[in-house]
Amino acid sequence: MTQILEVRGARRVFKTPEGGTVAALDGVDLDVGQNEFVTLLGPSGCGKTTLLRSISGFEQLDSGALMLEGKDIGRMPAFRRPVNTVFQSYALFSHMTVERNVAYSLEVAGASKQEQKILAGEALEMVGLSGTGSRMPSQLSGGQRQRVALARAIVARPKLLLLDEPLSALDRRLRQKMQIELKALQSELGIAFVFVTHDQEEALTMSDRIVVMRGGQIEQCGAPRDIFRKPRTKFVAEFIGDTNLFETTIECVHGGRILALTREGTKIWLSEETKLAKGDAATVVIRPTDLQVQDAHSSCGFRGKITRVIYLGTDLHYYVQPAVGGQELLVVSRTDGSRRAPGDEVTLTYRPERAHVVEDC
Amino acid sequence: MATPHTRERLFLFGLLTPVTLLLGIFFLLPLAVIVIYSWLMPGLYGGVEWEFYHWNYGRLFGWADGVMEIYEPIYLKILLRSLSLAILTVLLTLVLCYPVAFWISRLSPRWQVVFLFLITLPFFTSLVVRLYAWLLILKPSGVLNSTLLGMGLISEPLEILFTRTAVVIGMAYVMIPFMFMPLFASIGNLDRSLLEASSDLGAGRVQTFFKVMLPQTMPGVIGGSVIVFIPSVGNFVVPDVLGGAKGLMIGNLVEQQFLSARNWPFGSALSVVIMAVVLGVMLIYVTRLVREGRAS
Ligand SMILES: Nc1ncnc2c1ncn2[C@@H]1O[C@H](COP(=O)(O)OP(=O)(O)OP(=O)(O)O)[C@@H](O)[C@H]1O
Ligand SMILES: [Mg+2]
Repeated sequence: MTQILEVRGARRVFKTPEGGTVAALDGVDLDVGQNEFVTLLGPSGCGKTTLLRSISGFEQLDSGALMLEGKDIGRMPAFRRPVNTVFQSYALFSHMTVERNVAYSLEVAGASKQEQKILAGEALEMVGLSGTGSRMPSQLSGGQRQRVALARAIVARPKLLLLDEPLSALDRRLRQKMQIELKALQSELGIAFVFVTHDQEEALTMSDRIVVMRGGQIEQCGAPRDIFRKPRTKFVAEFIGDTNLFETTIECVHGGRILALTREGTKIWLSEETKLAKGDAATVVIRPTDLQVQDAHSSCGFRGKITRVIYLGTDLHYYVQPAVGGQELLVVSRTDGSRRAPGDEVTLTYRPERAHVVEDC
Repeated sequence: MATPHTRERLFLFGLLTPVTLLLGIFFLLPLAVIVIYSWLMPGLYGGVEWEFYHWNYGRLFGWADGVMEIYEPIYLKILLRSLSLAILTVLLTLVLCYPVAFWISRLSPRWQVVFLFLITLPFFTSLVVRLYAWLLILKPSGVLNSTLLGMGLISEPLEILFTRTAVVIGMAYVMIPFMFMPLFASIGNLDRSLLEASSDLGAGRVQTFFKVMLPQTMPGVIGGSVIVFIPSVGNFVVPDVLGGAKGLMIGNLVEQQFLSARNWPFGSALSVVIMAVVLGVMLIYVTRLVREGRAS
């Protein structure tokens, strides 16, 4: 796949008002393919916005390279870069009509009035806002403004669209709707999107690839399924979705099979490639959806007692206290006929290939 | 029974009454006196005779018969000169203050306070004293000329003092804080992400300035222009000190009529004309800008 954007060794250090320094970007490598939807995900302050602003040209990298379609754009001023941004605050021009807002990039590029009108109309139609062109931004709802900002950013068909938490100001319902629309729009346009969020659900829903960032570095980068199933580190495992963590010591490695022992002595079987050897410490992750609640007399698994049951419509959350002690485990299962109640003795089972060892940092 | 609505009105009424009375007494009353005086006959030794007399305006606009009063086109010329001086002052202060306001608005709050203080500093000394300082700077053997001569940039002293240039410089100097404050407020409130958005969408600096920044800060531009223009038209202190005999402005004329010629009705007529003209110019300017702001 040809890359539209390549970021190599990007570094950006800020001085803090307190007199120290903070590396907002600390050696970031990132590739974005043509027509790819890449999401930058990470906790607050991990450098997502800084990375985005470096790509759009509002921040200069201290070191590192920035290539767009193979051309170095590191020194190019923002207004020359064929990259557009959807701002978190929308940044609509309040003194212009919606249509002029949308047509702005065409206007400054010297397109004819007629062309501006046609293309702006098309872009507005794409985001489902035809007929609002003559309004002022102040006469639109929050969701509509967000769509105008989107239309404005895509009207000139940039090579790459950057979106910095564009949905965070919307309510949950609207946000879910926009997630789907945004994804559809992206495949329709064939423009690569780099999307920033700190909402893991949003990232899983929309992305072709998720880039998990932490402290100015990329922690892991991969398809949503891989990130969720095979988190590289404990940080990623805990950041994406609920998770059960077990601190273990490797007991034996044999072929593709691993046996790990928790401190309390519970056995965990894993089935994956590993460099670990007997005696090594290992953190094991099992997703709550990968645990099944069985009757107490079932053989291998974690024995325990249900402490809480939370009903969430389609899902049930069971909190189970292992009999041998240690951390409470979370099990998510579909709501089915079986009615288990707090106090019930149960055994939690899992498939060995769903247990996964993560790095401990 | 008082609904919340009427109670609110009563409350507002109570709040507004004092200021209304104050304005009525100290603003409208003198204004009415001036308008009435302008249609009365000047008394022989100052004051007025209570008799309808339209030659005050005749003297200005040309229907004087040459017997009661003499028509002099010089008055209108001086009025025009004063207007152009005021416009020049507005433009000059605008061009000087805008970039400075932008620059200061980007500083940290601590430095902003320092610079705002520096800009209001001139108010701490009397206007006349400050203008005499300018006199010392601009006079042929003054600081400016001796510096330029010393550097060899000019071979003989520039004749700036007692010219219109000196008046414009002095006026701009006096009016800068008045232009600066509304501009600074407007530019400080400007959402920086709008400028980034403009640049992101492909607009260079010049385009961003004219298409986004200027329209967005228009309230400050209009406010500053109005606040500078109005007192500039009638200002008589600056032309008095720096303008010399050739720099006579309409404000000086009014001053003369009231204080030395003791022709109050004619002075009043001049004042009424100034007010009407200023009001007219302001109305045209503001409505045009507001309409443009809405259209663009
Ligand atoms: N202009 C700046 N001056 C100083 N420090 C900055 C500046 N911009 C960002 N930083 C610091 O750089 C780090 C990364 O900031 P950034 O805005 O990229 O985080 P983020 O991942 O976008 O966070 P969020 O999810 O909260 O938006 C933070 O520690 C922040 O305090
Ligand atoms: Mg951010």
